[in-house]
Amino acid sequence: MAVNPSPGLELPENVVVSRLDELANWCRKNSLWPMPFATACCGIELMATGASKHDLARFGAEVFRFSPRQCDLMIVAGRVVMKMLPVLQRIWLQMSEPKWCISMGACASTGGVFDTYAVVQGIDRFIPVDMYVPGCPPRPEQLIQAIIDLQDKIQREGTITGREFDTAGRQLRKRALVESADPLTIDASRNPVLQRRLSEFAESSSAR
Amino acid sequence: MSEATSSREPSSHDPAITGSERAADEAIAAVTTAFPGVESSVFRGQRRLVVPVERSFTLLESLKEAGFDLLVDVSCVDYLEYRGAKHRFGLVYLLASTATNARLTVRVFVDEPVEGDDSCPVVRSVVPLWEGANWLEREVWDLFGIRFEGHPDLRRLVMPEEFAAHPLRKDYPLQGRGERHNFPVLTRDRS
Repeated sequence: MAVNPSPGLELPENVVVSRLDELANWCRKNSLWPMPFATACCGIELMATGASKHDLARFGAEVFRFSPRQCDLMIVAGRVVMKMLPVLQRIWLQMSEPKWCISMGACASTGGVFDTYAVVQGIDRFIPVDMYVPGCPPRPEQLIQAIIDLQDKIQREGTITGREFDTAGRQLRKRALVESADPLTIDASRNPVLQRRLSEFAESSSAR
Repeated sequence: MSEATSSREPSSHDPAITGSERAADEAIAAVTTAFPGVESSVFRGQRRLVVPVERSFTLLESLKEAGFDLLVDVSCVDYLEYRGAKHRFGLVYLLASTATNARLTVRVFVDEPVEGDDSCPVVRSVVPLWEGANWLEREVWDLFGIRFEGHPDLRRLVMPEEFAAHPLRKDYPLQGRGERHNFPVLTRDRS
């Protein structure tokens, strides 16, 4: 995080130079305010995660608020029925930017065992999701891992404007990378170890 | 009423049950004499009447006057492809008497009309008799598609209003017909 932009210049003591994006991300990732959208047994594990034994406060995400206006992390814990879906979407829209979403458990992520007309088969069909937690229900440790991973994601990809995760743009860039690279040819020009191995292989095969 | 009285086992140690059963039998006897064609049967002490659909309201009305003042439940069974079934749907009215503790099941069998625009059977509503039938009949309409004539407010109860099918019918696929895909999808860019 701390980078000295001009190595020749001596900075005074106790001064750290950083990018504003990274400073904002660092603040945001360490004070996530979860919105508990707990509809089933995953909600019990969510409560256990917030309680004293697992102590979500260690990761700065212990302040559960029941108003979407005060939250920036929606944790969907449990199955969402089709009739509940407009409520879920409205709550998501009511949360202010920047905001993130964790889909906790098999039901929220895929519908789980409830493959019926009444249950949404994965909330990512209808709202954006940043982290998926497997399990039925997941242990609190798994949810904590998801929050730690989300913190990494915020630190890496967030921006100061709060328009996080330029998903469409990133996918375009990824696709450009994939389409430009030929998967059958090995590019050894920037890898000296690979260059040496390849030359050794060429020598041995010519000697034989 | 000989069938009902003969198949009942005497329960001398519990006079309260006997009293309620006797009250139920008296009411059933009165109704079956007034309505010929109504079948009655007893299975393990539970009394049951099978009523033609066109006379269900008047029979339930006279049962209410005969002492069955509480409507416990209105439910339905879909007998599509059921072995030996003669009718498509079987409505269930569970009645009870708060004075004598007697209980009674009334079955009404209905079929889908052959012609008609929406192929929904029509049964007369019992909301004029029991106010509590309002939501029970709405639930049956919602899940089985049985229309209750004379219901004051026959809207869906458990499914969303824009839902088009009746999902507890046996010919409705378990995973639905894609109704939930009508909702708008919120993306990161638009929300």
